[in-house]
Amino acid sequence: METWQMLEYAAWGVSALLGLFMVADWLKTDTTYSEDVLTSSREGELEAMTEEHKI
Amino acid sequence: MANTDITSKEMDGFGPHGTVVGLLRVLGPAHVWALGVGIVLVGEYMGWNFAVGKGGAYAALIACWFAGILYSCVAMIDSEVTSTVAAAGGQYTQAKHIVGPLMAFNVGLYLTFAYTMLEAANAITAGYLVSVVASMTGYAGELDQRPFIILVIMFLAWLNYRGVLATLTFNLVITAIAFVAILVLFLSTSGVLGGGIMQHAALMEGHELPYGWIGVLAAMHFGLWYYLGIEGTTQAAEEVRSPARALPFGTLAGIMTLLIAATLTWYTCSGVLPWEYLGDGVDGSVAPLFDTARLSGSTGLVWLLGFGTLFATLASANGCINDASRAWFAMGRDKYLPGWFGAVHPRYRTPYRSIVFLVPIALIFALGAPLDQVITFSILSGLLEYTFMPLNVIMFRKKWPLNTIKRGYEHPFHPLPAIVLLCLCGITFFAVFLGYGTQLIAMIGFYIVVSLWFHFWRYRFVSRGAQFTMPWPKPEGY
Repeated sequence: METWQMLEYAAWGVSALLGLFMVADWLKTDTTYSEDVLTSSREGELEAMTEEHKI
Repeated sequence: MANTDITSKEMDGFGPHGTVVGLLRVLGPAHVWALGVGIVLVGEYMGWNFAVGKGGAYAALIACWFAGILYSCVAMIDSEVTSTVAAAGGQYTQAKHIVGPLMAFNVGLYLTFAYTMLEAANAITAGYLVSVVASMTGYAGELDQRPFIILVIMFLAWLNYRGVLATLTFNLVITAIAFVAILVLFLSTSGVLGGGIMQHAALMEGHELPYGWIGVLAAMHFGLWYYLGIEGTTQAAEEVRSPARALPFGTLAGIMTLLIAATLTWYTCSGVLPWEYLGDGVDGSVAPLFDTARLSGSTGLVWLLGFGTLFATLASANGCINDASRAWFAMGRDKYLPGWFGAVHPRYRTPYRSIVFLVPIALIFALGAPLDQVITFSILSGLLEYTFMPLNVIMFRKKWPLNTIKRGYEHPFHPLPAIVLLCLCGITFFAVFLGYGTQLIAMIGFYIVVSLWFHFWRYRFVSRGAQFTMPWPKPEGY
């Protein structure tokens, strides 16, 4: 088997592993935390702690 | 923190909204620069040269500088508005606060489509580059590009999933290498370092404007390639440590970098490659900077520009995943889309559902659609977004004049940049219509249909009051 053919298989394999990681972690996260916690983000929330400039 | 007022002389800040898990503020101006320039720089490595095919080398230079003015206006306007509306979603969030929900919905879709299509186009290009490397290393068979296209999308999506700091630090490194490669190529071929190989006069004599001024107009379409995507810096607004400083700094440094890179790219390539070859991006010069390096006869330059091309492609796809997911996430958070998309990963602090959801969409376009169509839909969505920007900033200045709300940056000569941007958008729409009229009409038809869907159905689900969590004063006249 030539090197480039092996690289093709390796690319398929690594892609599948990365996809599996994301899907598995996604399902684990969704079952571990409540929907209220996961979707609690609001825009501008941390601004007060990082911006102290004045006009 | 409960009683906050943006006009306060004593403090700045926002009231508590109940966020338990939010995006992480870890980025600095360099990351903002890397996000903006990273998305764009691939346009210097390939794509811009179609402008040469449309109107000759000088037409491409005129388009380069006119598009440069257009994007300088974009960068200045964006810097002012985003340093104030410092939230994920960028122009979508600007539209929501300043224009209204229907505009915001459309702008959110422009952003998601523009970046997802560009991501797909970059993955296709990366697959093609790998096949070129295979043939250069003597591989006789036909390389299957699909696993490499999929690997690019999956790897970068995984990187984005795991955290924004690593994602944009990676972008910073590979974008810097790609930019330095352009500088080194210019210095090496222009005669500054060693012997020069440029022959502008000989190559352009008798071909100054081969198709006249209509060729210059047609070249404007691809003139956008030099800078398309710099406006993506705004998507980092909710993840930078200091939005008021980092966003204008990163964005304006980014457009300056691109103006230099675009002009050097034109100068270097048009001085080495004949315009007929340079202007044919399909059967001629697919990657002009790389082809120029090959003609230099230096193996070191060939390797450097080879890696530069690959890194620019990866940086662009990486930035596109970051930006498309933030726009989709912000729309989900406000219920413009199902609120399910507005989730943040409690450990990695990224909009993980939006990132994963957009992966199969990018894969479908990368594996199933032709490259030129994918790119055209990306450009058209971007152009619609640029047309919104001047109207947005005029309304912003009118509703919240300079003394009523704090800005991290105030762009000069208002409303001149807005008017110039609007005029240049009009010219570019005409240029696009000359080459891709059917796609332009189809795209506008699509946005009209989804606007009707939003108006008559989806709007009832939008968090109408809760979406405005920035304690701005009432707009003038309301």
